[in-house]
Amino acid sequence: MAIWVQEDSKLLIQGITGSQGRFHGEKMVEYGTNLVGGVTPGKGGQNIELAGNEFPVFNTMMEAINQTDADASVIYVPPPFAAAAIMEAADAFHQIKGEGVIVCITEGIPTLDMVKAVAYVNEREGIRLIGPNCPGIITPGDNGGCKIGIMPGHIHAKGRIGIVSKSGTLTYEAVAQTMSIGEGQSTCIGIGGDPVNGTGFIDCLSAFETDPQTVAVVMIGEIGGTAEEDASEWAAENMSKPIVGFVAGSTAPPGKRMGHAGAIISGGKGTAAEKFAAFEAAGIHIARDPSEIGAVLKVALEESGLL
Amino acid sequence: MNIHEYQGKELFRSAGVKVQEGVHCKSVEEALAAYDSLGSKVVAVKSQIHAGGRGKGNLYCPNSGDLLMEGGVKIAFSRDEVETYSENILGHILVTKQTGPAGKLVSNIYVEAGCEIAHEYYLALLVDREEKQVLIMASTEGGMDIEEVAEETPEAIHKIWVNPSTGLLDSQKEDLGISLDLSGAALEDFVDMIGCLYDLFVSNDCSMVEINPLVRTKSDEIVALDAKVGFDENASFRHKEWEDLRDYSEEEPTETRANEAGLSYVKLDGDIGCLVNGAGLAMATMDVIKLYGGEPANFLDIGGGADEAKVQEAFEIILEDPNVKGILVNIFGGIQRCDIVAKAVLAASEKMGLQVPLVIRLSGTMFEEGRAIIDSSDLDCTSVETLAEGAEAIVGLIGGGK
Repeated sequence: MAIWVQEDSKLLIQGITGSQGRFHGEKMVEYGTNLVGGVTPGKGGQNIELAGNEFPVFNTMMEAINQTDADASVIYVPPPFAAAAIMEAADAFHQIKGEGVIVCITEGIPTLDMVKAVAYVNEREGIRLIGPNCPGIITPGDNGGCKIGIMPGHIHAKGRIGIVSKSGTLTYEAVAQTMSIGEGQSTCIGIGGDPVNGTGFIDCLSAFETDPQTVAVVMIGEIGGTAEEDASEWAAENMSKPIVGFVAGSTAPPGKRMGHAGAIISGGKGTAAEKFAAFEAAGIHIARDPSEIGAVLKVALEESGLL
Repeated sequence: MNIHEYQGKELFRSAGVKVQEGVHCKSVEEALAAYDSLGSKVVAVKSQIHAGGRGKGNLYCPNSGDLLMEGGVKIAFSRDEVETYSENILGHILVTKQTGPAGKLVSNIYVEAGCEIAHEYYLALLVDREEKQVLIMASTEGGMDIEEVAEETPEAIHKIWVNPSTGLLDSQKEDLGISLDLSGAALEDFVDMIGCLYDLFVSNDCSMVEINPLVRTKSDEIVALDAKVGFDENASFRHKEWEDLRDYSEEEPTETRANEAGLSYVKLDGDIGCLVNGAGLAMATMDVIKLYGGEPANFLDIGGGADEAKVQEAFEIILEDPNVKGILVNIFGGIQRCDIVAKAVLAASEKMGLQVPLVIRLSGTMFEEGRAIIDSSDLDCTSVETLAEGAEAIVGLIGGGK
């Protein structure tokens, strides 16, 4: 077991004929992801070749899910159309299967579009949105696995550590840190650094808590908002598995947007210091430097009798 | 992206939110002409800068550093006072709680007709990231520092959230007005105003609208005496009109240049330049430099999949910063290829000349190729395996650290 996507989950790409969709489509197929086709409005009926395999292109998500019985979709659609793509996928999965995972990679979606899209997704039970502006989700397998997104597949290996992060490259750093102590990953999720997104820290922690494959979690936060504080409070009450936490942005000046739209300290709220303090209060093992995550994780595993 | 108060009020006016008559001026003569045209005995002379806290700020002479006037927003009771105040403001430096000690040069003022205030309120609209909805906050404690109010008397701040499927309900508008103890004509005016303001927020893709103070006049009208408006940059593709509202003098020129190149850059006070892929890793790089006793000179995220030209531009921006005494390049390649970064760093160093120590950490996609390019060149630099090693090395090389 892993969480939300399994090694053989069937995937569709929204925006499969665009340059991003094709490029990352190839990489996902090479990794071993069970890609079953894609959607580009107006281009239905053709086939597209990715990494030496032919995949069908559909005009709509309804048609694509009906034909392929897909479990998940990944969105590489440009920002002006991304929220509509999320809502189309949510509606189609909900109507046809009553469930589905939507992973939105697109960066730069207007916040008010996401307010609308997230409300739309939340009105449809069984539909999970990951992102936007995130690296995606990966469940490494014994032979390949399911990689949905833009992360470099080769750095991962199947294992027992769950990873959840607001940041893309820091997730890779965390993955490399688990590998440095000989641990692999159950599932790694980038939830994205936008102010308004789908799946949050608590959703991930709660899924990892009940996942038998996962024994410990690495959680990477960023300045801005109070998601880390809320997750800490939740974890203190509900998590039995050890967590290792890091927050990026201790040195960020207030009022400045640090790359991600959501990474901003405003009105004195959302500082790294507050988030580290919340981690500490919740008994989360803290790494002050991402290069220490491996060592801290090792201690956490030892303390829990897992090493 | 932020805009000036006078621009925000123009938006308010066209959206049906009541504001006083006012004129945007760039000289003392224009300010005097504005006073004459407004036909109001009492006017407010207001410094226009993007930072808040103008009223309690101080104006200084940029050359001598002498204090010229206390308060960046003044009430003038005569033509002479308009002249004195606008002379003290224009071309001078306004330092407020939000500008930092360097302050901001004031090149614009807004001269606005006065009004008879019965009560001052606070009103703000923003996107609440936890509730994932637009949040409207209002308080009877207007004119005050709202963060203090939130700290000391959180019960004095009333909040409503707008469900995007239904929009702002009439009952919510009414309830919010009642929670501010409004009634009769003032309540009716408030309900109209808040509806217009919410529509403005959504149709203009605002990230924030703050009015402090919003006032009830003695004739029970609800008037916005302030307008702090910010836009969501992600929506700029559908708002070509923002280009005309942008005031580049309010922005750090290097940040604007980086922005145009598709880079995300923030200037900081330290001396170690950083070039990183990914916002989270870029922040973590700054943090770790600090942990090892150094001070970052900038935040710089080259994004994912940057080409050679873009990385070269990024490296040149760092090289051009006179404060930079050393550089740390930290790449964990996902979409980003390490060999492209290596080539770009070489090209920029050859073009500009590298006068400061350079530490490079390449990891992830095509790191072997990247390291080979660096190793086989005659670039004077230190290659490291991890971020911590990189931070320690660069701090040591510039002779800093604990």
